[in-house]
Amino acid sequence: MSPTTQHATERYLAEFQTFERDHPASMWLAGVRRRAIERFASLGFPTVRDEEWKYTDVTPVANLAVTPIFRANLNGDAARISGNLPFGDIAGHRLTFVNGHYSPELSHLETLPAGVTVSSLAAAFENQNEVVQEHFGKILDAENESFAALNTAFAQDGAFVQIPSNLQLETPLHLLFLTHGEGAPVSHPRNLVLAGDNSSVTLIETYASTGEGVYFTNAITEVIAGKNARVEHIKNQMESPKAFHIATLQIAASRDSWVRSHTVNFGGRIVRNNATAVMGDEGGEVTLNGLVVGKDAQHIDNHTTMDHAMPHCLSHEHYAHVLDDQSNGVFNGKIFVRLDAQKTDAKQSNRTLLLSRDAQINAKPQLEIFADDVKCTHGATIGQLDEDALFYLRARGIPEIAARNILIRAFANEVLDGIPVEDLRQKLEAMLLTRLS
Amino acid sequence: MLLEIKDLHANIEGKEILRGINLTVNPGEIHAIMGPNGSGKSTLAAILAGRKEYEITQGEILFEGKDLLDLEPEERAGEGLFLAFQYPIEIPGVNTQIFLRAAVNAVRKYRGQEDLDAMQFLKLVKEKTKIVELSDQLLKRSVNEGFSGGEKKRAEIFQMAMLDPKLSILDETDSGLDIDALKIVANGVNALKSPEKSTVVITHYQRLLDYIVPDFVHVLYQGRIIQSGGKELALELERAGYDPIKAQFAEAV
Ligand SMILES: Nc1ncnc2c1ncn2[C@@H]1O[C@H](COP(=O)(O)OP(=O)(O)OP(=O)(O)O)[C@@H](O)[C@H]1O
Ligand SMILES: [Mg+2]
Repeated sequence: MSPTTQHATERYLAEFQTFERDHPASMWLAGVRRRAIERFASLGFPTVRDEEWKYTDVTPVANLAVTPIFRANLNGDAARISGNLPFGDIAGHRLTFVNGHYSPELSHLETLPAGVTVSSLAAAFENQNEVVQEHFGKILDAENESFAALNTAFAQDGAFVQIPSNLQLETPLHLLFLTHGEGAPVSHPRNLVLAGDNSSVTLIETYASTGEGVYFTNAITEVIAGKNARVEHIKNQMESPKAFHIATLQIAASRDSWVRSHTVNFGGRIVRNNATAVMGDEGGEVTLNGLVVGKDAQHIDNHTTMDHAMPHCLSHEHYAHVLDDQSNGVFNGKIFVRLDAQKTDAKQSNRTLLLSRDAQINAKPQLEIFADDVKCTHGATIGQLDEDALFYLRARGIPEIAARNILIRAFANEVLDGIPVEDLRQKLEAMLLTRLS
Repeated sequence: MLLEIKDLHANIEGKEILRGINLTVNPGEIHAIMGPNGSGKSTLAAILAGRKEYEITQGEILFEGKDLLDLEPEERAGEGLFLAFQYPIEIPGVNTQIFLRAAVNAVRKYRGQEDLDAMQFLKLVKEKTKIVELSDQLLKRSVNEGFSGGEKKRAEIFQMAMLDPKLSILDETDSGLDIDALKIVANGVNALKSPEKSTVVITHYQRLLDYIVPDFVHVLYQGRIIQSGGKELALELERAGYDPIKAQFAEAV
């Protein structure tokens, strides 16, 4: 345990006491939380001596004197906020959470097909939902991961989504997490998504705030894709420029399932995304794509893991970084091919566009291959805007800024083009250029 | 006078590449610049188009009386200068049609003209692709990506037609073209000819000049124009090569 954050660890432990006392839970949930806080107590916060956190120092995150907020409180700002919801006008269902708590007044649920559950996790906890109890935290490693343990200890709300077998949910489902209010709010959003066999669903997560303040979001999303299920996932990380965002996306891909996730990072001061997909049966196909747009002193770290546990699975991964000013990118792409996972086909690429001399990237592919009949490829490029291409565009009359934007957009579009929700994709493309201008 | 280059000297990385170029192009004229490899032809074209890595140590360039060296590359395009590149670059991820519309509307804006809307733009594309017999399928791809050598050259002339320049500089647009493609490119250039518009063709081969007939031919050698003449000079060079002129030049200096 790190001495510099030991005090912070103790503060969270003390807070847990209050939390546990004031928010009594079912025996099952109380037990889960208690085990998690015990794990957190012994793990503490990670340090840069920890291989997994080598380039990301979370001391400022740990030491932030956070204000715990145990319910959604809009302080009478509901009308103003609801008129300005990030991506509030994209078509589909929306569950909104304020400081980690479900806000019915900012949510919008159209009629859902029979058998589909879209609810707050708090409600599911309250009802002692057995499906939740069966799956919650089961595919996650909260034993060895501090932030996952911390999230689990304070798990209170988030989204619970269950798509029954053979059902295709056409309209996207938007989970919007907003941080609002004074002080330094902390939230531990927790989402559980179960896509039944042969079902399909499109899920959007957005993390944002109503102000520009300092706060801490510590989120976890678990996605379990049933046999032959099809899951599209998009995460928009648009936190305030001073915010800390640490998140885990854990995907379990069953036989013949198809899961594709896009993570778009525009926000945050210190950001760490862990995205892990375990292909636990044959025929699974997983895509993890990401776009990082960094400016000022932003630090954005993406750690991904493609875990090929069984034969005949495919994985695709493409991360693009556009880094300006003094921003920092970190990319670590693990590909595990277990002994049994013959005929694995895994592709990974990460590309970085450095727009300033002071911007920096640490990118590392990490392949651990134990099977012998596999195809694994990875590639990494780092470069500046192509001066010759820039000149070509300008020589055709396009002003410099517009020419730069065309090239940046082309670079980022390798990721954005894959986003299946058209109105969202267009908004992200427009935001990309506004961010960098 | 459309273009006036006076005693132009230019360096790159401390090496002097252009050593006193003088050239005047009047409206309606066609000039051919020939000369051995490495003599500075593309350097001259690049400086005219606005590449910044060359250091201009002496001389000036006037375009319709304006100091060209003061203008950004995009402003030069707006003023009506166009360079067909010797090696057109591929730009992955940038759709040709979107690029061209941005370019056309940028120069129109510079010239105080209204933007073309999608319909007007497509009409213009249709009209101009015909001139160089370019398949509009190519326009759906990224800029120059996967184009054959000949397609790249034809695409350059097509862009030229779209941007309606006053002065076009064609840097070896004929190199690597088979005879049919050469005719198409030359016909394209001739179709765009007018009494106000001028063309500078940089070439190694007389055969292009059978189709694009120059008013003047210049020989560029070691960063200087060492001889100028009418179209018969190109025929002369074709017959005797550069050696006699080089020898003459060596004697003179
Ligand atoms: N960016 C550069 N850096 C260093 N040297 C350069 C650069 N650009 C041009 N040169 C040099 O300048 C000289 C003139 O080159 P340029 O390309 O202008 O010749 P050219 O007449 O167009 O030749 P070619 O007929 O082969 O196209 C050559 O010696 C070339 O190596
Ligand atoms: Mg040349």
